[in-house]
Amino acid sequence: MRIEEHPILGKAEEKRVIEFYYDGNKMTGFEGEPIAMALEAAGVKIHRYTKKHHEPRGVFCAIGRCSDCVMVVDGKPNVRTCVTPLSEGMQVQTQYGVSAQE
Amino acid sequence: MKRYDLIVVGAGPAGLSASIEAAKRGLSVIVFDENAKPGGQLFKQIHKFFGSKEHKAKIRGFKIGEELLAEATKAGVEVMLNAAVAGLYLDKEITIQKDGEILHYKGDSIIVATGASENMVTFDGWTLPGVIGAGAAQTMMNLHHVKPGNKVLMLGSGNVGLVVSYQLLQAGCEVVAIVDALPRVGGYGVHAAKVARCGVPFYLSHTIVKAQGDGCVQKVSIQEVNASWNYVEGTKKEFEVDTICLAVGLSPMSQLLKMAGADMEENPAKGGTVPICDEFGETSIKGIFVAGDVSGIEEASSAMIEGRISGIAAAQYLGYISKEELTEQAKEQEKALQTLRQGMFGPQNRGKAITNTEEGYAISESLLNRGYIAEEEITRYPGVKKLKGIHPVIECSQNIPCNPCQDSCPKKIIQIGEKITSLPVVTEETACIGCGMCVASCSGQSIFLLDEKEAEGYTLITMPYEFLPLPEKGTKGIALDRSGKEVCTAVVENIKTVAAYDHTNLLTIQVPNEMGMKARFFKWKQEVV
Repeated sequence: MRIEEHPILGKAEEKRVIEFYYDGNKMTGFEGEPIAMALEAAGVKIHRYTKKHHEPRGVFCAIGRCSDCVMVVDGKPNVRTCVTPLSEGMQVQTQYGVSAQE
Repeated sequence: MKRYDLIVVGAGPAGLSASIEAAKRGLSVIVFDENAKPGGQLFKQIHKFFGSKEHKAKIRGFKIGEELLAEATKAGVEVMLNAAVAGLYLDKEITIQKDGEILHYKGDSIIVATGASENMVTFDGWTLPGVIGAGAAQTMMNLHHVKPGNKVLMLGSGNVGLVVSYQLLQAGCEVVAIVDALPRVGGYGVHAAKVARCGVPFYLSHTIVKAQGDGCVQKVSIQEVNASWNYVEGTKKEFEVDTICLAVGLSPMSQLLKMAGADMEENPAKGGTVPICDEFGETSIKGIFVAGDVSGIEEASSAMIEGRISGIAAAQYLGYISKEELTEQAKEQEKALQTLRQGMFGPQNRGKAITNTEEGYAISESLLNRGYIAEEEITRYPGVKKLKGIHPVIECSQNIPCNPCQDSCPKKIIQIGEKITSLPVVTEETACIGCGMCVASCSGQSIFLLDEKEAEGYTLITMPYEFLPLPEKGTKGIALDRSGKEVCTAVVENIKTVAAYDHTNLLTIQVPNEMGMKARFFKWKQEVV
């Protein structure tokens, strides 16, 4: 969920709303914000499933250190969504092991 | 391969401060940072900082970040972003990873200011989405305006856990509990008190047993632990939450120095493996310096000072200034650093149980065990006096290096004196004009104005209020006491918002006289969803 107005920071800087795709479904987010933030705002918590035990993983550190939030972005696996800026038409897919679901 | 007089690793508070001082003395400086934006963690800090004027006290962290960036730009510091330093080798050569390429640089001196990383703890279910670092919560809320969740449990009662809990409340999240395995609140009492009075319960000597949920966190259970860290039977509690925040300490990111071959030590008081360095931050390798959390966990204010010292020292190492100039110029900085390290939370007191203040007042047991000062304890402190007419009540009970309240009072009725860690004293003369500057200046939000109208039968309480929406004059609600318990109905008498208060609104409520020393927070009658 987005914070519309913050008691200290006020209103968020206005950014262009763009469309992207999450597992094939059209979604909107702000241009240039981390992919993970657009997903979090839309209520998406699961970014990937581990290979061996098929366990869900999501954002953990949000600063690009832990690599828990990696997804398949525009066909490329292991993209750290917490530090990768969102762009128009981006294809973001849940990662299973090290690839998208066939 | 490009060559610079000084390469700084990390564009956080320490690295930027170091680069400013070096550039001002004529060194060619480049700063590398792996992030897309400079400033390190400063831009996530939305609370007012402690300290004195020289430490930029009562200025919010992100504002200090803006000032620092402007200063760096003015000094001509070059900052390369999205550039992760991958290696530090012999003769001060480094490799950078940028845009999928490896780049090669050489510095005649190096300052490593890589900061720290968050610790984590493992428990059943800790890998579930929804279990996040406290830093992640700050990043989401304060940089990207996104709520990390709706119902949050915080693990850790150190300053990070307490400050982030408060920020979660400000962002509109519910904090269901602050949990810590230690038997006492770890952070500043004033930080604990400001979340406790909002109604957040503290569970000390408790730890997380298990997080559960289908795909993400939906439930968490905690249980009491005894002195030997074993579970106490029959003490399990469950909470429905969607987020668990971990604030269990920081570790220095000192790997680059280890790689370079600097002498290292394992020092629990400094948070882990740190390079051994002298008073200017120089490591065992001549010309390689450190500053900030990488050489021992402290906070942003001391990181900035350490950065300045190491920047000046690098200038001396390369012959831009003399040894005498270094000693002279570092002296002021070192004095400021020593001041910040005083008090009961200073490095020399880490891990010690302190029972009395420097002045001899007993420390509130309730504050340490439950997060708030009990009513029967509050009157023992010198900032709390029963006086006629409007006057400040300062619920500051621990020796922390901080004195903006003293400077803020135009009538000089708040006195801390020479020693910055002393508890503020409210003088007996009731010269208070009710300007509220002290209330807004207190970084710990521990100052209230009391005005007992004996004849009218009510008391006006003015408190700091940093939440939205703002209530209006006449709004009816409920007053909460220091523990967050509802004690009586209250009516808003006034809400004051002026630029000098810097987003700390002053809310004045009217309560019955007997509630003057009890009521410390205001809740709307209808819960705003």
